[in-house]
Amino acid sequence: MVLCALSIFGIVGLIAFELVLRSQLSWHQFGFKFFYQAFVDPDTHQPLFWDPVNARFSALPFIYGTLVSSFLALLMAVPLAVGLAIFLTEMCPGWLRSPLAFLTELLAAIPSVIYGLWAVFVLVPLLRTHVNPLLIAGLGWTGLFNDNNPTGLGFLSAGVILAIMILPIISSLTREVMTAVPHSQREAVLALGATRWEMIRMGVLRNARIGIVGSVILGLGRALGETMAVAMVIGATPEIHLSLLANGSSMATVIANEYAEAVGDMHLSALTEIGLALFVMTIVVNGLARLLIWMVTKGAPAQVN
Amino acid sequence: MRGYTDHAVTVLSILATVLVVAPLVAIFAYLVFKGASSLNLAFFTQIPKPVGEAGGGMANAILGSALLLCVASLMGIPIGIGGGIFLAEYGRGTKLANGIRFTADVLNGVPSIVMGVAVYALIVQPKISWLPFTGHFSGFSGGVALGIMMIPTVCRTTEEMLLMVPHAVREAALGLGVPNWRSVLSITVKTASPGIITGCMLAFARVAGETAPLIFTALGNQFWSANLNQPIAALPLQIYVYALSPYDDWHRLAWAGSLVLIVLIVLAVSLVRYVTSRGVLKGAS
Repeated sequence: MVLCALSIFGIVGLIAFELVLRSQLSWHQFGFKFFYQAFVDPDTHQPLFWDPVNARFSALPFIYGTLVSSFLALLMAVPLAVGLAIFLTEMCPGWLRSPLAFLTELLAAIPSVIYGLWAVFVLVPLLRTHVNPLLIAGLGWTGLFNDNNPTGLGFLSAGVILAIMILPIISSLTREVMTAVPHSQREAVLALGATRWEMIRMGVLRNARIGIVGSVILGLGRALGETMAVAMVIGATPEIHLSLLANGSSMATVIANEYAEAVGDMHLSALTEIGLALFVMTIVVNGLARLLIWMVTKGAPAQVN
Repeated sequence: MRGYTDHAVTVLSILATVLVVAPLVAIFAYLVFKGASSLNLAFFTQIPKPVGEAGGGMANAILGSALLLCVASLMGIPIGIGGGIFLAEYGRGTKLANGIRFTADVLNGVPSIVMGVAVYALIVQPKISWLPFTGHFSGFSGGVALGIMMIPTVCRTTEEMLLMVPHAVREAALGLGVPNWRSVLSITVKTASPGIITGCMLAFARVAGETAPLIFTALGNQFWSANLNQPIAALPLQIYVYALSPYDDWHRLAWAGSLVLIVLIVLAVSLVRYVTSRGVLKGAS
């Protein structure tokens, strides 16, 4: 049993060791500049980030794509998830609570490739024909929506599908944290003559806020590493655009797209270094989230209904 | 004014719920609608036809997925259960156990694509002559990647289920003079076994749909192959490839494959929910 338990240590150690070992080549070539450098295309004088032919690599567009799509996803998912959690814990009639919770659990269990399939055939055409023209007409002046991408792929599509994917995680953890708030808190606020919303705001959300932030960060961790659905809708172009409708790429998707067909050792090594960066990033983000959630739920009974 | 705010929030949170449920319903509706219309016997019995020929199925991918999941289960379930037993029975409260619990959570959060990169670096890339399966894409390496991903889920659910077993049961066993290992194996683990099995099924369902770690380990295969030393087809991989192909016929197969996957996963998740809500440890109390 100890051996089994220790092997978990071993596996994580081995993963870290292999990632570091295989990314040595690119680390020695580019150093820390790998994460922010940019080259110039000699023909077009456009910035160039990812040049497998001349073995010049920079992770910048992928870091940008990962951050932009993840933050877009959080922007859309957090209000919805908190709203759903409030509805489920404070307002929902008893008979509806458990089917709804089950539905959101199912949403968490759908494989990401199926989300991708749905996004490619349903979500992207919908965004392309109905939502994007509206955004361009209404918000084009901000510079965020000024590129009418005929494919409908891009950061926005990736953000929307990511939001749908991380919703269940955020909302179920938020619900857990909110049910851990003692009933006496709610009763105390209600006894002072508060309305239900004031009770939720002062009695529940204020006590649960650290835990809610923790669950949001956990959702962020999931979004950062999400691969297949994003790979299918983000457009797979190693470029940086301000417009959210433009094609882009993310750290996980560039690995998925190029790893099996990498040309040369340097290409492989650069992709592995992106994987290592992703590994470190998710460990930090998840560790932070666990810490925050643990701070709130420790000592509290897991289920109070 | 306060009353209006209260009503507004109520309406907003109901709206949020509707907005969350809508995509789920849409996804399931599309899966059932598109998948059921293209699901037929050929899907389960034939291998993919060459481009341009109608028909064909994903039998090889179903076989490949089954083999990959066998390898993954053989690797992930024993290690996971062993780790869970250690956490709940032997190391309870120690620093080592806390460290392992944290490491399992870290492993759970590692993106699946990174797992693929690590297994590629570990098994696919290096050619070691005296070790089988190394040096090339193989079904085995894909199974290993999935197996590693099963470990944390199995480990943590096993621990949780074991902790639910009442202490009196252990004390009763020990009071009869049973050695500790026997008490653990034939009393505690046996009592918690329905919960442990459902935990394993949950992990199984999770990795059954994983695509990212298979892209550069199992690689995929258009033909019949049950050889774990060679590239092997897998259902999620095939769905990915077909979804991005330009052929309508392949799109239909992708929908059908997704329906098969989702039915498998929904069954597993419902079973887990049923068993845990019924009170897993009925025999114990």
